[in-house]
Amino acid sequence: MREIPVTLLLLCFSFSPYCQGNTTPNSIEGAKLYHQYCMSCHQADGGGVPQMTPPLVSTNYVTGDKKRLITILLNGLNEPIVINDEVYYNPMASFGYLTDRQIAAVLTYIRKSFGNQSTSVSTQEVSKIRKQLANKN
Amino acid sequence: MKFFLLFLLSVKISLCATAQNSVALQLPSGFSAQVVAQNQGRVRHIAIAPNGTLFLKLERLRNGFGIVSLRDLNQDGIYEDSLLFGNFIGTGIAVKNRFLYASSNNAIFRYALDANFQPIHPKNPDRIVYGLIDKGQHASKSITLDNTGNIYVNIGAPSNICQVEDRKAGSPGRMPCPILDSAGGIWQFSASELNQTYAHGIRYATGLRNVVGLDWNNEVNDLYVTVHGRDLLFQHFPQLYDAKAGAELPAETFYRLKKGQDAGWPYVYWDQFKKKKILSPEFGGDGIKEGAPQAIEPLMGFPGHLAPNALLFYTGVQFPKRYLNGAFIAFHGSWNRSPEFQEGFCVVFMPMKNGIPTGEWEIFADGFSGKEKIMSPREAQHRPCGLTQAPDGSLLVSDDVRGWVWKISYPLK
Ligand code: HEC
Repeated sequence: MREIPVTLLLLCFSFSPYCQGNTTPNSIEGAKLYHQYCMSCHQADGGGVPQMTPPLVSTNYVTGDKKRLITILLNGLNEPIVINDEVYYNPMASFGYLTDRQIAAVLTYIRKSFGNQSTSVSTQEVSKIRKQLANKN
Repeated sequence: MKFFLLFLLSVKISLCATAQNSVALQLPSGFSAQVVAQNQGRVRHIAIAPNGTLFLKLERLRNGFGIVSLRDLNQDGIYEDSLLFGNFIGTGIAVKNRFLYASSNNAIFRYALDANFQPIHPKNPDRIVYGLIDKGQHASKSITLDNTGNIYVNIGAPSNICQVEDRKAGSPGRMPCPILDSAGGIWQFSASELNQTYAHGIRYATGLRNVVGLDWNNEVNDLYVTVHGRDLLFQHFPQLYDAKAGAELPAETFYRLKKGQDAGWPYVYWDQFKKKKILSPEFGGDGIKEGAPQAIEPLMGFPGHLAPNALLFYTGVQFPKRYLNGAFIAFHGSWNRSPEFQEGFCVVFMPMKNGIPTGEWEIFADGFSGKEKIMSPREAQHRPCGLTQAPDGSLLVSDDVRGWVWKISYPLK
């Protein structure tokens, strides 16, 4: 009985379309990228780790302003962050080494997973913000 | 009469039902556990006074306070009387010679206690040490005292493995690691002088990434610590470590420390299978090459990432004799063993004599998480975090999820 939710969860990762009801290549790519680059810290269910790593569930950082979200991935984040009254202390390094397409795919994935229902992020949006950030430096 | 009995029975049953949201601990035969405090907040370390007054250090303020003093005034075995004081969050707490010591994430305070072990000036503690590094990551300052007037404090490295860019795949290690000047070790201060800073203390031992459990062993008069090992071997070096190796490595470690010793972080980690100090891949390692010949070896290596958060040497006579002078270690449980299940929400015992382990470690108390398989640490109902030994020789265990305290006893029949 106890095993079932976990098995389901694993199924979600191996065959994400079944759980997402969405079969665009983007979401499969996004799930794979999440598994590879994000899951260790943000956890399989996107719930994060108390005191350390913030959740990707029910937070405006994920579902809200895309520019802020893309910037977090490109620049990383290193200041205590408060989400739902909880403080998270660990830093997150930049993922700027991923391609624009990969960043778009993984962000689209987290904006549509774990109960989040938000809009997609396109490769062009990531490219645009990467350029803006580069011009600032 | 029958009705009365039935009535009693039903009251008993409903009481059990309310206690149902409790978890059942698994203990060695003959031991029993009782929940003696509940819902006290994010309880990190705990300390007990000779009269049984229990002090809890909180990681999150409760009504503006970060220390709880609990008493069992009606002597029913459950703590019901509480006093809140101390306006700082933190982990470390200790009672010694009618003083209560408590740490924030950058300072250590001392409260004089009255004849009933209550703080005389709960609003005005002495500040013993201040200005310790607090960068969020690994900021908790665990403390313990020796018998000659010194206090030892862990200053965790605000870093995973001293990379140029912390926790970034491909970022190289910094050689030499500048963090070690002010963190990544144990510092010794006077337990009675006020307003000490780094300049007044000494770096007692170095090369320790993040010690959370520490205790003074009175049998051999030495400091012992448990260390949280590094993260991200598999995620950052999949060509050297598969997911299973990344979940098991490196060992969480248990050291005996003498003044001036170096445990090798960040340059090496302890591989509990090879029983060797392996060079960190950020510093040129390949999973096989050894390094840091000057660094000491641990007394014991535990499976990776289980987070040993508290250490206690058992000095009581209540438990069977094999427990005397052995070490209890409270494991907080892992977050970074995925894709494997998370593990280690338990208290471990290691038999010891003359300060040296005499056998393998064993799980002593388990079941805190309330679940057999844990994918993400948030699923755990309770996570062991602190340990203290009651005056009667029972063992108290705290939990920083729901703020429970268990008393584990060995009732003699
Ligand atoms: C090494 C651990 C780690 C990894 C790997 C990681 N993160 Fe994070 N992430 C964090 C931490 C810690 C924070 C909070 C940083 C802070 O407060 O300074 C964070 C913050 C965030 C935030 C903003 C806060 C929130 O919870 O919404 C987003 C969005 C995010 N991460 C997405 C991702 C994505 C997408 C990936 C994979 C490409 C990823 N992270 C990989 C640790 C990590």
